Amino acid sequence: MSFSVTEPTKGTKWFAGILVVAYAVITIIPLLWIIATGFKSPSDSIAYPPVVVFEPTLEGYVNLFTDRTRATDDMLEAAGPPQTWYEEIARARGTVISGPSRYGERFLNSVIIGFGSTALCMILGTAAAYAFSRFRVPLKDDLLFFILSTRMMPPIAVAIPIFLIFRNLGLNDTHLGMILLYTAVNLSLSVWLLKGFIDEIPLEYEEAALIDGYTRFQAFYKVVLPQAATGIASTAIFCLIFAWNEYAFAVLLTSGEAQTAPPFIPNIIGVNGKDWPAVAAGATIFLVPVMVFTVLLRKHLLRGITFGAVRK
Amino acid sequence: MAQIRIENVRKDFGAFTAVQSSTFTIEDGEFFMLLGPSGCGKTTTLRMMAGLELPTSGEIFIDGEEVGQKPASQRDIAFVFQMFALYPHMNVGKNISYPLLSQGMPKVQVKKKVAEIAEILGITDILNKPVGGLSGGDRQRVALGRAIVRDPKAFFMDEPLGALDAEFREHMSEELRALHDRMNATTVYVTHDQLEAMQMGDKIVVMNHGVVEQFGVPQDIYDWPATKFVAQFIGSPPMNFLNFNGMVGTGSTEVRMNDISITVPEAREGTHGAITFGIRPEHVRLDDSAPYRGRVVATEYLGTTQIVTLETANGAVKARLSSAERVNVGDQTGLQFDARTISLFDAETGKALKSAANKEVLSNG
Repeated sequence: MSFSVTEPTKGTKWFAGILVVAYAVITIIPLLWIIATGFKSPSDSIAYPPVVVFEPTLEGYVNLFTDRTRATDDMLEAAGPPQTWYEEIARARGTVISGPSRYGERFLNSVIIGFGSTALCMILGTAAAYAFSRFRVPLKDDLLFFILSTRMMPPIAVAIPIFLIFRNLGLNDTHLGMILLYTAVNLSLSVWLLKGFIDEIPLEYEEAALIDGYTRFQAFYKVVLPQAATGIASTAIFCLIFAWNEYAFAVLLTSGEAQTAPPFIPNIIGVNGKDWPAVAAGATIFLVPVMVFTVLLRKHLLRGITFGAVRK
Repeated sequence: MAQIRIENVRKDFGAFTAVQSSTFTIEDGEFFMLLGPSGCGKTTTLRMMAGLELPTSGEIFIDGEEVGQKPASQRDIAFVFQMFALYPHMNVGKNISYPLLSQGMPKVQVKKKVAEIAEILGITDILNKPVGGLSGGDRQRVALGRAIVRDPKAFFMDEPLGALDAEFREHMSEELRALHDRMNATTVYVTHDQLEAMQMGDKIVVMNHGVVEQFGVPQDIYDWPATKFVAQFIGSPPMNFLNFNGMVGTGSTEVRMNDISITVPEAREGTHGAITFGIRPEHVRLDDSAPYRGRVVATEYLGTTQIVTLETANGAVKARLSSAERVNVGDQTGLQFDARTISLFDAETGKALKSAANKEVLSNG
C-alpha cells in the first residue's frame, strides 16, 4: 500500500477547526437548552426574551419525581415544618408532597426494554449475519431482501395489526412484548449492518482456528466475535437509540406496568399545568444512559477492524 | 510425521469440477510441491487434505487413517495461509501458543514450548508485540511458528511466499527448506512458481484444469514431461514445440520432419498423424552444416547465456547458447538437436510418446 497525503496548510487547518466547532455548537445548543431549562424556575422557563443567566433551582427535578397536592393553610399548619429540602421547595409553591411520582418506574422500564431488546437484537442479528455471510443459505438474496423490506415502511404503519396481535397474545403492556417488538423492528438493520462487518473479516482467520484444533463454534466466538466487536458496538448503539427513543408504539401498547419514559414525560404537562422545568428535567435524565453507553463503546467505534494483520 | 495418500479425490463446486480424480502419494518427510497455474485445483486439493473442503468423492489417508470427511480440527495438521491469517487481536506469543491452548496444555508447558519455537525462528524479541506492525518476514515466521509449535503430522502451505517481496522471497525459501530439513516434517506446498517448485521440492505434482498432469522428482519432470502442458509450464523459456505430420514406428530411432531425418530416443510407442517434436532450448545448437534450417529473428542477452529465437518451417525455436557465440539477426543457419533429450508428443492428446529414454519416468506418473 502506498499513498501520499499532503500535510494541510495552517489556514486549511484553522478553517476546518472553525467549521467543526461551529457545527458542534449548533448541534449542542438544543441539548444545553434542555439541560438549562431543567434548572430554571417555571417563570424563567417561559420568560421572553429567554433568560440565559438565572438562579438555578431543583424545583423541576422535585416536581418530576414527586406527586404533590395543593394545600390549604390548615393542612400546611397540620403538617408542621418541612422535614427535607425537597419538601421545602414544594411548600414554597403552596403544595405538599403526597408521594413519589411514577417517573422512576418508567425510567426503569425504559432501561429494561431498551437494553433488553438491544441485547436480543445483537444475539439474533450476529448469528443471522454470520450465517448469511459464511454459509450457503438457500434463497439467500431473497431472504436478505425480505428482511430489508420490513424497513421499507414506517413501523407504525402496522400499529393496528400489532395492537390486535398483542392483545390476543396477552403481550399488551408487558416488558416481554415491548422487547420483542423493538427487536423485530431493529433486527433487519442489525442483520444488514453486521453482515457487512462480518463479510469484511477474512475467512482465513476461522480456517486457521479450525486447523489449530478449535470447533466451528469456538472459531466463531474466539476469533470472529472479537474482530466484529466494532460492528457489534456501533450496531448496538443504533438499536439502543431507536428502542430508547421510540414513542408511538409505547403510547399505543403500554399504559401501566410496562410504560417507558417517552410517553410519560409529556404526561407531566397535563398534571400541574405546563411544568416545563419538570419536562426538561425528565428529558435530561433520559439522555444519560444512551450517552453513557455510547461513551463506553466509543473506543470500539473508532478502532479499525483488522489492524492490517492480513496483507491486502 | 506421516505419509499422505490421495486416492481418486474429486471436488465439484456445483457444476464446476475443481479437481477430477487425483491420485498420488506423499512419502513421510517429503517436501512436496503442488504446482500449477491459478485455477488448476492445487489449492482445492490442499484444502481437501487439510479438511477445509470436503471431497465430493475419493479418499485421503494421513498416516494410514482415512480422514476424507473429518473436520480440520481432528486431522492434526498445520496450515500456513498465503496471507498468514495471524489472529489480529492477539500478540505474537499468543498467536503461536493458540494451537496448544486448544489441546488444553498446561500454561507453564505452553510458555516453554513457545519460547523454544521463538528461539528456532529467531523471533524471541517480538513475542510481546501485536502482530499488526510486523514486517512481512516476521509475519511469515510467526505463521510458521504457529504451524510447527505442536508437532503436527504434516504441514500444508498455500503459497506462503506469495505475499513477500521478491528479494525477501529467496531468503525465506531457503529458511523454509532449512526448517523442513531440521524438522523432517512431511510438507505439502502449493505454488504457481515453477522455479520455486524446482528449487525447494523433493517431489512435484503438476496440475492443470483439475487434472494431475505429472508426478515425480523435479529433474524427471523437467527432462521428461509427460504432457505438452508440463513441457510448457516448466522451464524458462519453455520447451520448444515443432509440429509436423508424420509417423513414429515402435522401435524406430528417427523421425522424418519435412523429409529431414532427425535422430530421437528409441520409440516404445508408435503413432502417425499430427506429432509435436519437443526440445529444451539448452539442447539446441547452431550448426551451419545441419540439414534442419532456420533464420535468426531475435537474440536476447542474459549475461553468461543468450536466448536466440529462430524461425523454422515448423514454428519458432528458442535456443540457449553461450554468450560467446556470435549470432546476428537475419542469419540463416542449421539447427542441431541433442538426440538424447528429445520428447515426442501426440499433438492431439498432448501426451508424450513413450521412448527408451522416458519410459521409466512416465510409468511412475
